[in-house]
Amino acid sequence: MSDAIQLGGIDYVILVVYFLFVLGIGWTLKRYTKTSEDFFLSGRSIPAWIAGLAFLSANLGAQEMIGMAASGAKYGIATSHFYWVGAIPAMVFVGVFMMPFYYGSRARSVPEYLKLRFDEKTRAFNAISFATMTVFSSGISMYALAKLFKLLLGWNFNFSLWVSAIIVLAYIYLGGLTSAIYNEVLQFFLIVLGFTPLVYLGLRDVGGWDGLVARLDTVATANNFAPGAWSDSWVHLHSPAANPMGVEWFGMVMGLGFVLSFGYWCTDFLVVQRAMAANSMAAARRTPLIAAVPKMLFPFLIIVPGMIAIGLTYAQGDFTLPRMADGSWDYTMVIPQMLGHYFPPGLLGLGLTALMASFMSGMAGNVTAFNTVWTYDIYQSYIRKDASDPHLLWVGRMTTIFGILASVGTAYLATRFNNIMDFLQLVFAFVNAPLFATFLLGMFWKRATGHGAFFGLVSGTVAAAIHHGLTLPNGAPVGIKGGWLAATPWHSYSSEMAQNFWTAIWAWTVCFAATIVISYLTRQRKSDADLKGLVYALTPRPKEEHLPWWKTPEGIGAMVLALVVALNVAFW
Amino acid sequence: MGLDIRTPIGLMFALIGALLVAYGLGTAGSAMYARSLGLNVNLVWGAVLLVFGGTMLYLGRRGAGKA
Repeated sequence: MSDAIQLGGIDYVILVVYFLFVLGIGWTLKRYTKTSEDFFLSGRSIPAWIAGLAFLSANLGAQEMIGMAASGAKYGIATSHFYWVGAIPAMVFVGVFMMPFYYGSRARSVPEYLKLRFDEKTRAFNAISFATMTVFSSGISMYALAKLFKLLLGWNFNFSLWVSAIIVLAYIYLGGLTSAIYNEVLQFFLIVLGFTPLVYLGLRDVGGWDGLVARLDTVATANNFAPGAWSDSWVHLHSPAANPMGVEWFGMVMGLGFVLSFGYWCTDFLVVQRAMAANSMAAARRTPLIAAVPKMLFPFLIIVPGMIAIGLTYAQGDFTLPRMADGSWDYTMVIPQMLGHYFPPGLLGLGLTALMASFMSGMAGNVTAFNTVWTYDIYQSYIRKDASDPHLLWVGRMTTIFGILASVGTAYLATRFNNIMDFLQLVFAFVNAPLFATFLLGMFWKRATGHGAFFGLVSGTVAAAIHHGLTLPNGAPVGIKGGWLAATPWHSYSSEMAQNFWTAIWAWTVCFAATIVISYLTRQRKSDADLKGLVYALTPRPKEEHLPWWKTPEGIGAMVLALVVALNVAFW
Repeated sequence: MGLDIRTPIGLMFALIGALLVAYGLGTAGSAMYARSLGLNVNLVWGAVLLVFGGTMLYLGRRGAGKA
């Protein structure tokens, strides 16, 4: 980084306008937040389009914006697999098949669904690991924001950290989930409208899509790949050695597309909470489907700038990515560096505000999911079972304060012990990888028992750890990257990403098999009546017969899938 | 819910759009637009935000009228 970007007065004005609106929304919503259900579930009153945009925006945190742009530079258009193979099919699945159980069961959270379907210990396992994870994710988001603004604008680290924390705290404290959701919609538009000019200017600069492809061919050949390795999404997936991701198509489709993406979009309460807040079953089922449409186009907004940045860097013009201490490109600087390069004062304020908005929506998503799980699944379940509703509302507000303070603490921890963060993220990955197997069996196989689910999850988590301990990405040191269980690793992967995908595949498979075996060995304690509304075979299908097919969730889902197939083919 | 979210979204983008348009007019021809390939992006994009903000405000008001 040569020097910090200089902001003009106009840029600060835009940032302050945004802050005032965010706080104003929270302030206005305060008087509508009277019960705990208002605070944690928006009183189940959110229309489909708002829930849909919030569903999308809650995921648009720092890791997503900075990370996907970085991957665009590092791996090219193949990064789109995270969207066009990963997210979209999973979002269609959760809308069409899973939402009837989530919404129909009236569960107030994902762990609560697990309690209704399985048993108390399965809920506790999920609630505790999820609550811990959200605090750490939100802390890491804050840390990334403060570090970036220090590097980019020369702002004081503590200042950025506390200002963002206090603003998020204020608007959630006042208006609860509704406030977070409304702000996520605002943040969604800000992110789209803030980054669109960047894509336009960047593409214009490199001579359109064809010009970009030509530059990326140079990048590919300079890295000893076939031309097109950065601009074709599928052609080079026949072998891990042929593409910069180091993955082959089977590991990618199964690991990323099936296990990881379905695990995230279908079971992570952070996003599912937005759909649970919808005002009807019909709206809840449409929430992920509505989100899928803009999500499909996000690669153009987030990945393409990364591709432009790497193309420009290799062309050795006036734009270059900074290097890290070890000499490799610092891909995480793609978005900030591009904003500084193309945006004059004025638009620069809008771009930085959009970046700030993405960090804040990611943080708020974690905090609202945390306060709900803590209050309903831990406090009300184990600490005070007879708590009154006003008391729960109070606990929710206090938990918001506690959650934010804990996140700030985590952010400071990250400044001092970076490897602790890596370690924790690894542990969370182990815990999350098998989850989708549990949900799939829980929702579609009524014989699955509580013991089966719990011990299946535990075995899946252990399997993930063992697989990680026995394998190593090529050239990586033994330790946090793997290989810690054997004197010589049993298998070497060509990249860390390939190892991650296969860890997920192993965890899922072991959990799936173990849940089935243990379920057959244990007695089903839940009667069919208990499982009504929780399992596919025992739940009446939500009927929307008065609608033409293309307005039903199945019809919308089919159209979304057709579009995503077309996108895959177009960028094959 | 008592607040139609389109109204604050509309207000915010209309306000930021107006600020950018005014700033773009004030800085027309400035050397700083070399960065954005010679385009006065503040003026153009400010106008886009203004139209977007206005549309959201209109939709928000119409929605409120119905309720």
